[in-house]
Amino acid sequence: MPSIGRDDVARLADLARIQLTDEEVDRLSGEFDAIMDAVASVSEVATADVPATSHPIPMTNVFREDTVTDTLTQEQALAAAPHPEDGRFGVPQILGEE
Amino acid sequence: MSTDTLIDYDEAVERYDPVLGIEVHVELGTATKMFDGAPNIFAAEPNTAITPVSLGLPGTLPVVNEKAVEYAIRIGLALNCSIAESCRFARKQYFYPDLTKNFQTSQYDEPIAFDGWVDVELEDGEVVRVEIERAHMEEDAGKNTHVGGATGRIQGATHSQVDYNRAGVPLVEIVTRPIEGTGARAPEVAAAYVRTLRDIFRTLDVSEARMERGNVRADVNVSLRPTADSPLGTRTETKNVNSFRSIDRTVHYEISRQAGILDEGGTIIQETRHFHEDTGSTSSGRVKSDAEDYRYFPEPDLVPVAPSREWVEEIRAGLPELPAARRRRLLGEWGFSELEMRDVINAGALDPIEQTVVAGASAQAARKWWMGELARTAREQEVELDALAVTPAQVAELQGLIDAKKINDKIARQVLGKVLAGEGDPAAIVEAEGLAVVSDDSVLTGAVDQAIADNPDVVEKIRGGKVQAIGALIGPIMKATRGQADAGRARELIMERLGVDG
Repeated sequence: MPSIGRDDVARLADLARIQLTDEEVDRLSGEFDAIMDAVASVSEVATADVPATSHPIPMTNVFREDTVTDTLTQEQALAAAPHPEDGRFGVPQILGEE
Repeated sequence: MSTDTLIDYDEAVERYDPVLGIEVHVELGTATKMFDGAPNIFAAEPNTAITPVSLGLPGTLPVVNEKAVEYAIRIGLALNCSIAESCRFARKQYFYPDLTKNFQTSQYDEPIAFDGWVDVELEDGEVVRVEIERAHMEEDAGKNTHVGGATGRIQGATHSQVDYNRAGVPLVEIVTRPIEGTGARAPEVAAAYVRTLRDIFRTLDVSEARMERGNVRADVNVSLRPTADSPLGTRTETKNVNSFRSIDRTVHYEISRQAGILDEGGTIIQETRHFHEDTGSTSSGRVKSDAEDYRYFPEPDLVPVAPSREWVEEIRAGLPELPAARRRRLLGEWGFSELEMRDVINAGALDPIEQTVVAGASAQAARKWWMGELARTAREQEVELDALAVTPAQVAELQGLIDAKKINDKIARQVLGKVLAGEGDPAAIVEAEGLAVVSDDSVLTGAVDQAIADNPDVVEKIRGGKVQAIGALIGPIMKATRGQADAGRARELIMERLGVDG
């Protein structure tokens, strides 16, 4: 079983934009291993005739008709936005100083 | 600004074998978005064509638009793909404010369509078969406006503004397998492939497919290798190239640029690049170490899409005649030569000619107008043929007047000029301006007699057996009738008067 090391945790945190302290990285690497082990035990009982399942409910083709519904007004859409500007959502600088 | 060492294109393709890979995104022309009932419209006021789902607000749930699935299947079938018995959506995670959810709902390991092909015809008639790896469904992103930088660019911007009207618009992304063996024609093949897809989208009526509006966008991958037997080289991906010409220029530039690097013993960096319309060059995009780590996983909020075989066959049966089949059929029906047909296609005259034929003209007559006088006018006005101020029905009516001998070719061109100037329909113009050919003997006889009287030498020759000299009398008759004489009838009258046989 591959072990989740400190580097993996740091990278995952970076990908998920979560800031972790060194202590948290240490603690999480240990916890991830426990989680991985628990999941691995499922793999042990799943034999070749058990297909991988991504959806627990046996349903397919839940569709809606191509019909326009009510929309939000611009005011409603921007009501909770911290920095509305010209009818748009103002967002912080995307590229930092590089 | 570019420091790229460019190798002359002809030399580059002599020394290296280019390989292409093209990803085309097409925005579907459904009434609503992929996963919610917000209207799918262009250029509305910002942030008005949205629902809470478009904004990814907490507690909202997506529901798949059945029409969008049908359109995706239509595209898959038109590209000779297999349609998945079951497929699912996946979350593609990235952090960029053009989507609010921090993921794009897309398809990953189970696309709705896969393993297809499409034949692409180049301008000289050569056909290149492009293999399709997959076509999958996903949602478009919103539009960022960057503030504070130079000319709206993201570099140097202080902040950005986002409009989510486009967020959630249904897209189908079509991915080719590596396109090999095109050699020096790689730029042409790339552009022709996207044009072929554009034409198919329009025929299928799944999208307006307007390049200039970004309905169809291409990501163009180019790599070079020493020979066709070598393993594939490292590729670059130039993103969001938006016109056929830009696609051609992108491939051209990348081949010259990559050859320059390889010639110096350098290595190509696998990266995304941007095309610049003004200089025809590409430049490196942002190198982002984690860009490729999207951590896809199955979208838990959407159940699998499992199109029944009955549905797929129903859609297949309803497919319209595709552009290539239509060209073959019309070629047969019209009796044009291959060369004539190619010229017609390259001039964008296929639709107007077909409509003119439907309106009653013969194919050759329709071709004569659209490839002659009208093509000239379009060039003068620098517009496409279908933007001219004349309808195929008017062209057919004009030809009808010639066929009925009401006007001759010369008058017809005058009448066409008046139609183009917005003066009305051909028959009405001929009527209003008294342009009909004079074949009325009482009018013609006077002109004929005058011409005979004025040209005794010519008359002598004709009587002496030189019948072709009649032409010398037709000129004055035309002049006397301001070009409206029926030349055939005038000729008959002359021969009658002079007592000679044709």
